[in-house]
Amino acid sequence: MKQTMFDKLWDRHVISGEPGGPQLIYVDLHLVHEVTSPQAFEGLRENGRQVRRTDKTFATMDHNVPTTDIFNVKDAISRKQIETLARNAKEFGIRLAGMGHADQGIIHVIGPQLGLTQPGMVVVCGDSHTATHGAFGSIAFGIGTSEVEHVLATQTIWQTKPKTMGIHVHGRLPHGVYAKDIIMGIIAREGVAFGTGYAVELYGDTIENMSMEERMTLCNMGIEGGAKMCNVKPDQTTFDYVAGRKYAPKNMKRAIADWKQYYTDSPEAFDKVIDFDVHKLAPFVSWGTNPGMSVPVDEKLPEIKNADDQKAFDYVGLRPGQPVLDIPIQYAFFGSCTNGRLSDLKIAANVLKGHHIAAGVTALVVPGSRAVKEAAEKMGIDQIFKNAGCEWREPGCSACLGMNPDQVPAGLHCASTSNRNFEGRQGAGSRTHLASPAMVAYAAINGHFVDIRKEEV
Amino acid sequence: MEPITTITSTTIPLMKENIDTDQIIPKQFLKNILKVGYGKNLFYDWRYLADRTPNPEFILNQPERQGAQILVTGDNFGCGSSREHAVWALKDFGFKVIIAGGYSDIFYMNSTKNGVLAIILPEEQRRILAQIPTDAKITVDLPQQQVRYQHFSFDFDIDPLWKNKFIKGLDDIAITMGYEDQIAAYEANIPNYN
Repeated sequence: MKQTMFDKLWDRHVISGEPGGPQLIYVDLHLVHEVTSPQAFEGLRENGRQVRRTDKTFATMDHNVPTTDIFNVKDAISRKQIETLARNAKEFGIRLAGMGHADQGIIHVIGPQLGLTQPGMVVVCGDSHTATHGAFGSIAFGIGTSEVEHVLATQTIWQTKPKTMGIHVHGRLPHGVYAKDIIMGIIAREGVAFGTGYAVELYGDTIENMSMEERMTLCNMGIEGGAKMCNVKPDQTTFDYVAGRKYAPKNMKRAIADWKQYYTDSPEAFDKVIDFDVHKLAPFVSWGTNPGMSVPVDEKLPEIKNADDQKAFDYVGLRPGQPVLDIPIQYAFFGSCTNGRLSDLKIAANVLKGHHIAAGVTALVVPGSRAVKEAAEKMGIDQIFKNAGCEWREPGCSACLGMNPDQVPAGLHCASTSNRNFEGRQGAGSRTHLASPAMVAYAAINGHFVDIRKEEV
Repeated sequence: MEPITTITSTTIPLMKENIDTDQIIPKQFLKNILKVGYGKNLFYDWRYLADRTPNPEFILNQPERQGAQILVTGDNFGCGSSREHAVWALKDFGFKVIIAGGYSDIFYMNSTKNGVLAIILPEEQRRILAQIPTDAKITVDLPQQQVRYQHFSFDFDIDPLWKNKFIKGLDDIAITMGYEDQIAAYEANIPNYN
């Protein structure tokens, strides 16, 4: 029988249990952060348990960290969560990229950057955007706090195998159109739950021609379409990315030979296949209160079809039929596990070079990790942002979810390179418009969105 | 996990359908580092008035209801957000058993992971339980899979795996630790790339 990459990787990781019911699968990499882990460590302590494999566990602080003075966490509860992770990591012997550490950053940025994330693995983390790591040809998904505790104690997890879906992405991306637009376009067309119950594999010439950063952006937002697992076949691009990183395999030859065994036999192996042609794709902008409420930049906002649409329009203060280009922008956010990598910041900086953001616009640049920040500073990218009037900050999750002080004020529209435009996501009453880094940069300069296919990028 | 075999207790009826986890524990109480301490904020928006004083009308606040370990409620209990804090709040308040018409999948799994027995009974049986005197006690007999009150006896279903887990007070982790040999054998075969 023909098998998908997912089927082969799943089979390889099953320890016990029959297909159709919960199966015990092995976890190769467990990433931990401060918000969803405290109760899990407390559970270990209450039961006198240890972390089974400290060598397969890695922690950092990202959700709560301030991006101005990182050692001055003003919110007492945030500070407690951060201090608790430091204490837990020490007590249980877990590797920690703590506050100010060179390896600190958003967990989904540092996993790949440190070479922790590798093809063929099962990767879990108490965070839904764990889907990001699937870009390396791994099974990667978000878990709950009890499951975090279970993985810490046993290095395994009970899961029922999902169905598989292939998304054939093909065609050459037009000028000004990016990976972010592909995943937003797929979700806009297929809906926010199209991937529920499926493990998705993205394949096709468009994907093969992408960098690892672009593939990560795609897989990262798979969860916004309901796919808690989303992956890409590992190829030479993947191997070149992994090789030589801090925790990468020392014998890459042996590793690659192993990883190459797990390719999808043929698209017939998928339970479902959908097709996505990108050669005429436009840049996408979200207008509403979920990532499926998105339209091409040259279109008008849709008509109201149901109560959800009405509620979304009321929340964002926009009208059906209004051109996307007329959405006023008062805030811009560059960052997050979706678009906070060096390549994303480079693209935005290229746009901003020699320009200034519009009067009345506040722009935050929050690198995805300390390494991204330092690399950007070495290249002078920070100066470009600062000269354009942007605030250059310390790394973290920041305004993507506003658990730290970086929040968008109520009623203001924020062009954001992040992943969720839910009500209140970036702060109570905040109005989020998701878009690619280049689109956000142009919006910051102009105070409204522009069709960047007509601009130099 | 504390084993559950037979529990005899007074009840609190809250016969509303579709009680979601946002109602069980609102989001402002999720920034905590423990699994305990959520009980005082259980059903916060119903339980407290605008000035944060207890709403005397709400059943959880009635003095004669204190100490009840069994919640009798409607259908689709625990729908909405996956927050495990919802189960933590119910448990912290003192509930050991919930009797509802049904549960969201996620809530049900979260309850099994936290030793809260979530029982499903049809509406007519729950109506009977919801109308018993305030000081009357009912018995939940897990080994027999029965809920009993006076001459009434209602059978309920439970997956044998979960039943065993509750009776022995095992948690998922303890169960998985029973697979230690298989896990160790798996680990011995993980390819080494170094």
